[in-house]
Amino acid sequence: MIDLIHIFLFTFLAIIAIVVIRMRDLFAAVMLMGIFSLLSASLFTVMDAVDVAFTEASVGAGISTILMLATLSLTTSKESTLYQRPRPLALVVVVLTGAALVYATFDMPRYGDAAAPINHHVADYYIARTMDDTGVPNMVTAILASYRGYDTFGETTVIFTACVGVMLLLGGARTFYRWRRREDAGDPEPRP
Amino acid sequence: MIRHVILRVMAKMLIPLILLFALYVQFHGDYGPGGGFQAGVIFGAGIILFALIFGLEPAKAAFPPRVLEVLVAVGLMIYGGTGIAAIVKGGNFLGYGALSHDPVHGQHLGILLVELGVGITVASVMSTIFFHFGGRGRKDV
Repeated sequence: MIDLIHIFLFTFLAIIAIVVIRMRDLFAAVMLMGIFSLLSASLFTVMDAVDVAFTEASVGAGISTILMLATLSLTTSKESTLYQRPRPLALVVVVLTGAALVYATFDMPRYGDAAAPINHHVADYYIARTMDDTGVPNMVTAILASYRGYDTFGETTVIFTACVGVMLLLGGARTFYRWRRREDAGDPEPRP
Repeated sequence: MIRHVILRVMAKMLIPLILLFALYVQFHGDYGPGGGFQAGVIFGAGIILFALIFGLEPAKAAFPPRVLEVLVAVGLMIYGGTGIAAIVKGGNFLGYGALSHDPVHGQHLGILLVELGVGITVASVMSTIFFHFGGRGRKDV
């Protein structure tokens, strides 16, 4: 049963990815990207990574779709097409890289393998100690906020910095130009 | 404001539920899936939905951009402040165990505060970015 769900989800992911690449209508492409994120979120849920699925569904399918649509409303929703001659060398490079990546996956431990190195570095300690150390039943929250508190602090700072950057790029320039326009129009308003 | 009745009525019904669900995810993150980041994004999505349906100006009146800009920094300062508080109480930076007499209680309190800081920052960042994007190319903002 779970295999059927996997096959279903992966098939749809592949189909949507190909359609998005071939699509010239950017509006439809953005909507399909949202569906792609939602399907990935379902995939994470099937893999029992509920917290990741939660993030993927809210950020990937929600916020980024809306930001893309907001961008499209400022520009145009048609991709400008530029005919390029087919390049056989590029195809060879892409196929070789893809083959190398697929070959590398054969070395990876199987999904859910208890003997995999990733499951034995610090995971054992977290699983054994989380409840005694923090009293928080959700291990993901305990790791993110307590054991890996520095990382999450850095992450929050990154989000903060991104916001400051957007405000400087989009907001700051606008107020400056508005002030300069007023000055040009001979409207002496005190500098903010 | 959008004139479609169905969209408007459904949004009116959904937005309070979305905001309430965000708060649930925020404060239930210790026990179930979720936490500050997801809660912040959901809260921000609620604000953005409000702005999409009822227009940018009413949204800015309900969630003033000035306040949101301050909250962006306040959330991060709650996070950093929790770490500093742990130092003042005699522990390490972000070592929540020092926050209370019982280290487990201290951990729980620290995680709650830190997640609150993340939630506040993320929610205000998401809505601020959207306000800046949505307000571009218009003369009335």
